[in-house]
Amino acid sequence: MNPTGPSKTPVKVRLATTSLAGCFGCHMSLLDIDERLFELAEIAEFDRTPLTDIKHCSPCDIALIEGGVCNAENVYVLRELRAKAKILVAVGACAINGGLPAMRNHLAIDDILRKVYDDPEREGTGVPNDPELPLPLDKVYPINEVVRVDYFLPGCPPSGDAIWKYLTDLILGRMPRLEPLAMHYD
Amino acid sequence: MTSLETAQEPQTLRRIAIEPVTRVEGHGKVTILLDENNRIHQVRLHIVEFRGFEAFIEGRPYWEIPVTVQRLCGICPVSHHLAAAKAMDIIAGYGPLTPTAEKLRRLLHYGQIVQSHALHFFHLASPDLLLGFESEVAKRNIIGVAAAFPDLAKQGVLTRKYGQEVIRHIVGKRIHGTGCIPGGMNKALTAAERDLLRGESERIVAWSREAVGLARRLHETQPEFYSRFGESRANMMGLVNADGALDFYHGGLRANDADGATIFDHVDYSTYPKLLREETKPWSYMKFPHIRSLGAEKGWYRVGPLARVQIADHLPSPQAEEERKTFRAAGGGKPVHGALFYHWARLIEMLCAAELLRDLLADPDIVGTDLMADKGPRREEGIGVIEAPRGTLIHHYRVDEDDLVTFCNLIVSTTNNNQAMNEAIRVVAGQFLDGRQVTEGLLNHIEVAIRAYDPCLSCATHALGEMPLEVELVDADGALVSRGRKD
Repeated sequence: MNPTGPSKTPVKVRLATTSLAGCFGCHMSLLDIDERLFELAEIAEFDRTPLTDIKHCSPCDIALIEGGVCNAENVYVLRELRAKAKILVAVGACAINGGLPAMRNHLAIDDILRKVYDDPEREGTGVPNDPELPLPLDKVYPINEVVRVDYFLPGCPPSGDAIWKYLTDLILGRMPRLEPLAMHYD
Repeated sequence: MTSLETAQEPQTLRRIAIEPVTRVEGHGKVTILLDENNRIHQVRLHIVEFRGFEAFIEGRPYWEIPVTVQRLCGICPVSHHLAAAKAMDIIAGYGPLTPTAEKLRRLLHYGQIVQSHALHFFHLASPDLLLGFESEVAKRNIIGVAAAFPDLAKQGVLTRKYGQEVIRHIVGKRIHGTGCIPGGMNKALTAAERDLLRGESERIVAWSREAVGLARRLHETQPEFYSRFGESRANMMGLVNADGALDFYHGGLRANDADGATIFDHVDYSTYPKLLREETKPWSYMKFPHIRSLGAEKGWYRVGPLARVQIADHLPSPQAEEERKTFRAAGGGKPVHGALFYHWARLIEMLCAAELLRDLLADPDIVGTDLMADKGPRREEGIGVIEAPRGTLIHHYRVDEDDLVTFCNLIVSTTNNNQAMNEAIRVVAGQFLDGRQVTEGLLNHIEVAIRAYDPCLSCATHALGEMPLEVELVDADGALVSRGRKD
């Protein structure tokens, strides 16, 4: 229902999250806020996220993006979230610079595909090419090469504590700040 | 197998897509083709991303791999860390691990099984089971469960937290830490850390037992529904130790058919290329493995909790073993194949891991400081296999004399379940959707079947097994004439 409606319930921030070309580790780190998840539910409500069954995003306040951009579907999903969210945060190494999946960037995508699937000795049909499969991109891109990004939260993944601090700062209208130790890759 | 894999005339049919599949780890979508009478003609689970992990691992130094490959998956990074470390133990030339190192790795693994199984049941699957498959979309999630069953949700969250804390104390971080190195571990567990974890371990065992009871009661309330939902008879595979007990960390491969008869048993897992074969299909990036001797049609199999609990002769801890017996009795002693049995079996495993973990924390070796094995000559090839939370996980590497990886093959748990998941959703489509007006609630039934398998589509998109092929030519007397190998 409309969070700004006339009822007495406090206005909740609407939060969307998605994982593009990532490993879901940043989402797991979001769950590493542990029992603070229930506190978060007091001040925020989830829109589209892998944790809910909402498949398409409504207008929302904050979108957390995990993962880089590796195929056409990632581009659509990222653009949809950018269009719907007031604040978009690149969470984790992959969203910020492509991360480990971008290690494929020095190889040609068609060579990798052929190497993995096009084996005359193997049973089957070669490189998957069904129209249901989104086209892979030539490289894995950081999300700021596709949409405007408001904030970057580094780490692989950022710890649950780092996500909690950053997110509550944003929700409560403070400039997000992390202590140096909360901001590291490994 | 069902006949719903490929429609005869797809261009004449209406398409419905579940995109993305939610409350699973990773990216997947389901497409369904129906005619004007809502009869179902085709159902497919597509894995839509391609990462090519094995290709870009080539050329990297071997000692980097146990840390790198964790980034396949943020849910069970420990699985990849361990499987790669086991392979690299061999490549780096180490003999058997020291007792402390092996016990620390096991403790790490059991911690991950607790956190992963708790995550799956409480955060992802319980909304369907406790609130209803067709309950309100906006509330069908962990927050909705917390509103309806606050104590249960809290226990789930804290059980996962405990597993994650076990991991953090051993490898430094909850996700993507560093602990296992070729030949052992890089850090001992301090007595203070051990005491901290030990203080809570009994409570986690008790909560896990309660969770098993919950799963059992769910089955008892609607036995027919719970047994038949997404039921598809399949072969089953997993690791067992020499006694035939389930072993999550190490053992021989056992496969049973749908009736429980042995296909192979106590097989050295390094022979996996001879046992398994993969097939590709144009509509999914995830390959379809099968047991080589049975062929693609009959040889597909399932892995993970439902397979493990049913192929093991017994479980290695007393409370879990008791629960396993109750579970087996529910099937009248015969293997069960309903998708929802996965949840019950998974929670029995969570209890088993919690008990094993508690016992390891009481073992004086766990705070030992002898962490590295003795080193022998370097080897070229190593295969590491473990039972990850979702099932058998295979890592296979070859390394050249400059210490760089020249070959990498990963068969992840979820890939092993590819055909089984596709079968389950086709069965559910036939049971609930065929001929009916499709609603969101009915479509969620399809997702419930997928969730039961707890697929890690994140792992599955990264890892695209490239199975080495070995051909042997034998003469009429069975003597080897020549052998060819293609990687």
